[in-house]
Amino acid sequence: MSNASHQNPALLDVTEVSKAFGSVEVLRSVSLQVTRGEVVTIIGPSGSGKTTLLRCVNFLESYDSGSIRIDGKEVGYRETGTRQRRSERDLAAMRAETGMVFQSFNLFPHLTAAGNIMLGLRKVRGKSNAEARTIAEHWLGRVGLAHKADSLPAELSGGQQQRVGIARAVAMEPKILLLDEITSALDPELVGEVLEVVRSLAEDGMTMLMVTHEMAFARDASSRIVFMADGGVSAVGPPAEILAAGFDNERLRSFLARFRASHF
Amino acid sequence: MGYTLNFNLIWRHFDKLWGGLLLSLELAVISIAIGIVIGLVLAVWYVSAGRAVRTIIAGYVEFIRNVPLILLVYLVFYGLPTVVDIAYSAQTSFIATLSLYSGAYLVEVFRSGLEAVPRGQLDAGKAIGLTPWQRLLDVRLPTMLRITLPALSNTFISLFKDTSVASVISVPELTYGAQWINFNTFRIVEVYLVVTAMYLLTGYTLLFALRLVERRFKAAR
Repeated sequence: MSNASHQNPALLDVTEVSKAFGSVEVLRSVSLQVTRGEVVTIIGPSGSGKTTLLRCVNFLESYDSGSIRIDGKEVGYRETGTRQRRSERDLAAMRAETGMVFQSFNLFPHLTAAGNIMLGLRKVRGKSNAEARTIAEHWLGRVGLAHKADSLPAELSGGQQQRVGIARAVAMEPKILLLDEITSALDPELVGEVLEVVRSLAEDGMTMLMVTHEMAFARDASSRIVFMADGGVSAVGPPAEILAAGFDNERLRSFLARFRASHF
Repeated sequence: MGYTLNFNLIWRHFDKLWGGLLLSLELAVISIAIGIVIGLVLAVWYVSAGRAVRTIIAGYVEFIRNVPLILLVYLVFYGLPTVVDIAYSAQTSFIATLSLYSGAYLVEVFRSGLEAVPRGQLDAGKAIGLTPWQRLLDVRLPTMLRITLPALSNTFISLFKDTSVASVISVPELTYGAQWINFNTFRIVEVYLVVTAMYLLTGYTLLFALRLVERRFKAAR
């Protein structure tokens, strides 16, 4: 697998991306590559720009400079001449190629579990109602919720809602799945069922970029870990290396020390 | 004081009241329908537009909300035809006025509903690749409707009662019917008792129906 990843150009290629909200620089020249089939985890203290970076990848946020490419195609801006935002139609088409799962689930409250998954399949992928339903049921089965197809989000637990959220994203067959602190809003006893789904997607070869505070999961599931601090990438490496106590990065060491202190 | 209630004269002219009630309902339904279109279009425009458009829409809303309806009715029925070359019946004039009036109130209801749709839902719509138009129709409007339903019910009831203002320009709706009977029979207490009961009953029936709709949607929240 590691050989293949050297031969393939990066599926996601983030190059020197910077972004400021007013006078606050949230991203400082961030560069990051994700190869096909790779699971990359971003960790770091809150306010370090992790979520913003993730939201730039599917252009829920714009960025001020640098470049983000998925499969060679520039995200958000036109490739010809001056930096110009793509049309809304173009943006929508590009976003359909990336899946996103949110911290607060963000299911559509008026649609059932199946309806949530079917909306994109019908409106964006142009599937018929019956086709979309079949695909929705398949993915609900994958996340262990086949029996909840016709339940509304309000009738589901947080863990179940998040699993529907994951099914909604992967049913679109995205090139890359973005996971934004997807277990942070869950009660501790519901975290496991959600991570289990993510693990099984990783085993299927789904390319993923995720932000998480679940260090044990990050260690077990990711190919690489990116440590962000103050809007920049502070360290990158295999989990064993990054999470080792003696890694040569003062900030990372103090982050992990504080993290361990608060979690054990 | 030898006033004894006598409803006989009221029943004799009851067709005036019954026909009036039907006309009141007709005025309300048509005006509210037009008002909903005005309200939806302007509210959607407002939340996506720049400053200039927002100022104009806000100006319309504030103007209507700060001028008494009866004055607007006079302005449109007596004032407008003297300024521009236009002719219309009292009924048409009133429907136009109440439509503009309800539109202004409904813009506010819809606008606050649209702004109350959680951002995360719009993000989710974007993330699966919906276009702005699809996000509006399939995500924002359905949620907005659920949020605004209680406020909508109140506005509808209120607008139904406002149709009584049409009596000042002789549109033969329910209140006008009551006045006609009063002038012709002098049974002032009886006629207004009956008419009050009719407004009350109709209002409650409308409210009941709207609450049923609300409950249905609430179940599906």
